[in-house]
Parts: sequence; C-alpha cells; structure tokens
Amino acid sequence: MPIVSYKEKLVNSLKPVIDVVISGWGSYIPIYRISVEEIARIWGKSPKHFREELLIDEKAVAGLDEDVATISVESAKNAIQRAGLNPKQLGAVFVGTESKPYAVKPTGTIVAEAIGATPRILSADFEFACKAGTECLQCCVALVGSGMINYGLAIGADTAQGAPSDPLEYSAGCGGTALIVGSKTHEKEPVALLEGSVSYVTDTPDFWRRPKRDYPSHAEAFTGEPAYFNHVISATKLLMEELSLKPSDFQYVVFHQPNGKFPLKAAKLLGFKKEQVEPGLLVPYIGNLYAGSSLTGLSAILDIARPGDRVLLTSFGSGAGSDSFSFVVQDGIISKRDRAPKVMDYIKRKRNIDYALYCKFRRKIVF
Amino acid sequence: MSVPRYWREIPQRTRLEGQKCGCCGTVNYPPRARCLKCGSTSLEQYRLPEKGSLISFTIVRNPPLGFERNAPYALGLIELEDGTRITAQITDVELDDLRIGMPVESVFRKVSEDGDAGIIRYAIKFRPTFCNP
Amino acid sequence: MRKVAIISYGLTKVDKHWNKSLRELFGEAAKKALNEIEIPSIDAIIVGNMCASDLSDQNNIGSILADYIGAIPTTAYRVESACGSGGAALLSGFTSVASGMFDIVMVGGVEKLTDGIGKETTYSLGKAADAEYELFYGSSFVSLNALMMNRYMHVYKTPREAFADFAVLMHKNGAKNPYAQLPFEISRETVLNSETIADPIKLYDCAPVGDGAAVVILCPLEDAPKYSDTFVEICGISGATDTINVSSREDLLSLKSTVTAGMKAYKMAKMSPADIDVAEIHDTFTIMAALSLEDLGFAEKGKFDKMMNEGTFEPGGIVSVNPSGGLKSRGHPVGATGIYQAAEISMQLMERADKMQVPNAEVGLIQNIGGSGSNTYVAIMRRCR
Repeated sequence: MPIVSYKEKLVNSLKPVIDVVISGWGSYIPIYRISVEEIARIWGKSPKHFREELLIDEKAVAGLDEDVATISVESAKNAIQRAGLNPKQLGAVFVGTESKPYAVKPTGTIVAEAIGATPRILSADFEFACKAGTECLQCCVALVGSGMINYGLAIGADTAQGAPSDPLEYSAGCGGTALIVGSKTHEKEPVALLEGSVSYVTDTPDFWRRPKRDYPSHAEAFTGEPAYFNHVISATKLLMEELSLKPSDFQYVVFHQPNGKFPLKAAKLLGFKKEQVEPGLLVPYIGNLYAGSSLTGLSAILDIARPGDRVLLTSFGSGAGSDSFSFVVQDGIISKRDRAPKVMDYIKRKRNIDYALYCKFRRKIVF
Repeated sequence: MSVPRYWREIPQRTRLEGQKCGCCGTVNYPPRARCLKCGSTSLEQYRLPEKGSLISFTIVRNPPLGFERNAPYALGLIELEDGTRITAQITDVELDDLRIGMPVESVFRKVSEDGDAGIIRYAIKFRPTFCNP
Repeated sequence: MRKVAIISYGLTKVDKHWNKSLRELFGEAAKKALNEIEIPSIDAIIVGNMCASDLSDQNNIGSILADYIGAIPTTAYRVESACGSGGAALLSGFTSVASGMFDIVMVGGVEKLTDGIGKETTYSLGKAADAEYELFYGSSFVSLNALMMNRYMHVYKTPREAFADFAVLMHKNGAKNPYAQLPFEISRETVLNSETIADPIKLYDCAPVGDGAAVVILCPLEDAPKYSDTFVEICGISGATDTINVSSREDLLSLKSTVTAGMKAYKMAKMSPADIDVAEIHDTFTIMAALSLEDLGFAEKGKFDKMMNEGTFEPGGIVSVNPSGGLKSRGHPVGATGIYQAAEISMQLMERADKMQVPNAEVGLIQNIGGSGSNTYVAIMRRCR
C-alpha cells in the first residue's frame, strides 16, 4: 500500500481552543529484566538478530504483584508529584493499554481511587494497541483545551505478553508513563507547550488479539511498511507541514519503539538525525512498553530537556494509527524535574531473572 | 474474601488512611471507634506517611490459602516516619537482602485474587527505598 | 465472691484422632472427669473451641456436647478466644461458680483440627489474627510470630540455639507424658535442621496439629471435700487483651495481655512469680515461650536464653515449666489447650502426675494465649489438703 500523499489536506492539525501544556510527567518500570540471550537459550535461537539488528538487549518484566493498574498508579503519583497538584484537581483519569487487568472493569477507576482523585472524575480505559496512551493524551488535551476540566491525567501502560518462542517474546516489555495536561493560562510552572497534533488512522490489520486468546497474532513483515512506517511517517509529515516545521527545528524526536531498528529507520526516512532519536530510545534496555512505549520515550526526554527545546512525539498503534505531537519545553521543567524518580533511575534499578522465574512471574505456570 | 469486605477498606489499605486522635495525638491505624490510647471519640482522618524503615521481617515459605503462587514472599513490620507501625508485604527485594533497619517506601501492588474469575485485590506494600529525588 | 475449686479432671491423649469425632473426644474426657467423683448434677457446661465451625461444619457446640454426654437440660454454651478458648472457658466457669450462680460446672475444651485438610486447618487457625490488616496481606499465623522472633533476636542478640533448647526441654518433659502427642526426645540439631516455615521459625519451633479434649469440674471450695478427696483451689484468675495487630503493640517484644492478666491473677492470689512452683505456659512457638516466661515474671526481659542456660525452667528448677511437654510436645488442640493446662496443674498439685511429677508442687500457674498475644488468661492454683 503506498504511503498516502501528504498533499491531501482536508483538516488542519488538531489544536485546542485553549492552549494546553504538560503540567507533570512520571514513569514506572518494574525492577526485573530478562535478556534476549536467556530467552534465546530456551528456544535454541541465536540472540544475535535481536541484539544487533533489532537493538534489544533485555526487556522489563512485571513482578507477580504488578499489572497495568499498579504501573499506572506509580506513574501517576510521580506525575502528580512533579505537577505539584492535589489529586482532586484532576478532572479526568484515562488509562491506555492492551493488557487490562479486567476485560470489563475500568483500570481508570482503580487508579483514580488509589491516587485519591475520586469521585468527581471522568474515567475510562482506551484501547488502540500501542497508541492507546497517546489517545488518552489527545482526549485530555481536548477536555482541558475546551475548558471542561482544569487538569487531565493520561496514562499509557502495558504488561504485554509475547507468545512463547515468537519473535515478539524477545521485545514485549512492561512499564508505563503518565502525563498531566493543564491549561496554559492556569499552569504556573508549565513543562511543555503543545503546539499541535495530528492523528492518522486507517483500518490496517497488522497485529491483533481475539478475545479468547492469551497472546496476540501478527502479520509479520506486513507490520513494517504498510503499518508502522506508513502511519508514523504520514502523521509526522502532516504535522510538520501543518505547523510549518522541519526536522532541524526539533532537538528531540520520539517514535514508538517496537524495537530499535524501526524508529531509527523512520527517523532517517523523515530526515531526522540519529542524535535526535537516541536520547529517547529506551527499547534496548526495557523492551517495547506497548502503550507506554512512546510516552516513556517522551518522559526520558523531559528528564533531560531544557526550556526552548522542541520535541516531536509520534506514537504508533497497530490496527492502525499514529498520533503525532509537537511540544516546546517551558521554564517550569527546571523546578519540576527532580521531584520524582527519572526514567533512567528506573532503568538503572534492575535485577536479571532466568526464564523459569519469568514463567512464574508472567503466570505461564498452570496451577 | 467478599467484594464488600474488600471494597470497604480500599481507602485504608490503598491510601493508608487512618485517624489521628484530637485528644492525645495518637495515630490509630487501622481505624477504631475510640482512640486506642485514651478512648476519645474525636478522631480525625489522617494520611500515614509513605516512607519508613523495616523493624522486622519474615519470609513466608508456607503460604496460606490463596497465596500459593506467590511463595516465597516477605512480610514486614514497618515503622513509618511518624512512628506508626504497619504490617505489609515487602516487594521488589531479593529475600537475602532483607535487613532490619532497611529504609522502605510504600507502593501500590496486587495482593491476591479470586482465581481468574473473581476480583483482584490491591493494597500498599513496601519496597526498599531506591531513589530520593 | 465464693472460692472455687477443681475437683476432677479428664483428658484424652492429644493425637490425630482420625477415628474419633468432636463429640466422641469430648465424651471421653467428660466421662473420665465424672468417673472420679460423685456429684448430684452438672449445673452448667462451658466449652472452649475455635475451629469446629470451619472444619466440622458445626456451630451450637454447647448443645451438641450436652446432648452427647446425656446432660440435657443443663445449660451449655461455647466460648471462643482463638487458642485461648480454654482459658476463656475456665474464666467463665470460675465466674459462674464464684458468683453463686451455679454450683457444679463442667468446663471443657475440645478441638478436631484433623477434620480439615492441612491448608484448610491452617487457614482456620489463621483467623486468630486480624483478617483485614494481617491475613489480607498473606500473613500466615506463623509469620506473625516470626516477626516477633526476628525482632527479639535482633534486639537481644539471643542465639538461635536458645529457642531450640526450649523445644528440646519440652520433648524431654513430654516423653514422660502418656497424654502427649509427641512423646519422644529430640536434639538441638533436630530443631535447627528442620524445615523453615517462616524465617526464622522452623518446624520444630512450632506446636504440632492434633485433636484432643479436656474437662475439669468446678465447684465452690467449701463443697469440694463432699465430692472428692483431692482438689485444688483456683486462687487467682484473670484475662486481658492487647491489640489484635502485632504492628499496633506498644512493645513488640512484650505480651502486654500476659503482663496484665498475670498481674491481676497474682494480685488476686496474693502471690508473686517467686511463689510459683510449676507452670504450664503457652508455647505455640518457642518465641511465645520466651515472651511468656518474661512477661509472667519468671525471667527478666531479654534474659530468656540466660535462664535457659542456668536450668531455671527444668523440672525441679526455680519454676518447672511445662512438665507436660507444653504445646510443643503434649500438643495444642487449640480450643482445649487451656483446659489441658488446668488439668495438668491439677495433676501436679494433687500429686497424681506420675513420671511428670514435680516434687513439692504447692502452687501452679497456667497461661493460655489467644491469637498472637491479643488475649491472655492466667490462673493460679494452689494445693489443698
């Protein structure tokens, strides 16, 4: 399928009526890691392909007592800490994930209750594979930008499972990030201003999971050009065109990271330099966080960015679609940054486990 | 455990909400009808601190019904920054590394569930303090 | 208030009585107690039991047992205080005689822990702790005691061996007890090499799981000579509580409920720890023994191991502790244990303890704990001639 021409411009980039900012950000990554060597050992494969071509060394594994709700709560608390908010000031709590603890019962309410934001709160869970987190972000932008709420909490988190021996088993990691969106007028210490966004969506069945299946299925090579690259590149190109920006206007660019190879290739195709991508490229250390992937890349950038830096964020969710955002970092980042643990703090906090413990933690052992 | 029993104590077990006696200042956690120390009924809502230190621990190797999947796991007695003591599981720790005096911080985690059809029960656990931002 | 005596006792061996039901066990103990004496009637039956509701699907225990021993229409009811149910029953029975409400009261305890399968039994026993703030977190009953043991060893630098030695002493005593569940001697190595249940508690620090029933008959002291040649007086008795949660205790290393119940019982008996010749104390775990001995005034805080080394608690020592073998060797049929203790001290004071006999036993003490120390009953008995 050819990449859709970016000359077909029927709508402008998504910009809310009221300017919105990021007021706070926070992430969480579990302590456990399993290396590609350890997984390859069990299935008689060589880890070389994963390490050298896909640029994955190891992935983060959720402990027995962790799930998307617990990951979301810690991410949210970190974001609230940075934002300096009373949780009751939040108007919305959204959780985007493809590994909901309950198929029916919103994770959002568990999180909202645990952080003390209930009961005057809008809450729901979003699903759009790996872009569910940025979906939540778009909705928070809309709610704040329309004046309906003062602050919105958008979370992307996953504890996605890779089918045993499937290539995705080497990369399916666990973790998440929360962003708090506020309005430019009310936020005294803005972290980053949203310049605009583009959402680019088609019905492209590259990766899916039917209800009674434990593990997802995918269309292998089809997940590349017609899915990931089409949507990431189209959304990003449209955003830059509509905001009259070019690659060199950005200090940092974060793409969805299913592996290390795809974001670097997308960057090259779009005209970005490796140096703009690398600071946010976390997949070698923690794997693909699915709905938490691109948001956590953004979180790592916010941990180091300076006021005036422009940051591009383009997510990708199978099914398929991309949300692309442009942020300009503001002064508030300086005082807020050190209020909570950084992504690198969580990455450095690690304990490697073997495949047996991995099976125990990921409940692959039948009782 | 019945759904109402779990749901009722969510504020106490996930937000560490207890009471402070308006009369003698004693923190009552879990909450009570009258102050443990002085018997007063003027008890105000009070949120326990999130950090403390481990004053004792054990490793459960023979878990009770419902916790078979989790063994071995650590149980601890934590003294929080305000002097209040609480029983909770200790997580994210190599069991051999447990030490009395270890600084710990609260985290929101899964505690148990009723098979794969029942509800999931969450509460505060503690982990070794890893970062002091 | 009238003075109260124990005129008779009856107990079954503690064992895994697969072929005996709750009623049959109780019936056996009751018959033994009644065979020893001739009484006009039983005015009330008070029974301690913890787990029948969970493991035997049976409530209304009082009625069940009154029926089974052919005692209807006597009033009968159960009292429950977890593993202190026996002590609670004794206190209740004492109060009913002392007050003048009843003259002859049968106080018993019975437990059928083997009616449940392993994990079910442990789960039922765990209910002695706080369901919402301890059990909810997956704390087994053992683990709550392990928290106290770990803290105790950290604070007092007590060597692990001291606790093992207590278990050894219990088995040495229990080997002479025909009613004991585990009547054999063990070595320090047996304890230290046994399986870890919840660090640092090992299998041989723990009382075994078993069934049993015990009964004592109470009456006003002044009437006792009418019914029996041998009897003892309960000259001091009390109960006290402490926080249900281990974490809420003022002092993690002191069982305040034991201190308080002990003080009140000593005061009532006009005695002090130095007056006690023989004691049956509640050693569910070796750490409970250490804390109990200190809190009853038989050892200074933290000095448990020193006293063990000096032989303070051996038969014929300063105070003979658990000549029956205690909960560790005699066994711990939970709701009945307090009554076993009462029967055993009665045996000692009546000079009918045979191989277990402590010479010149004039005053005895029993201490029965419910939960991890949230509830204690202490009774002091003296020999009557």
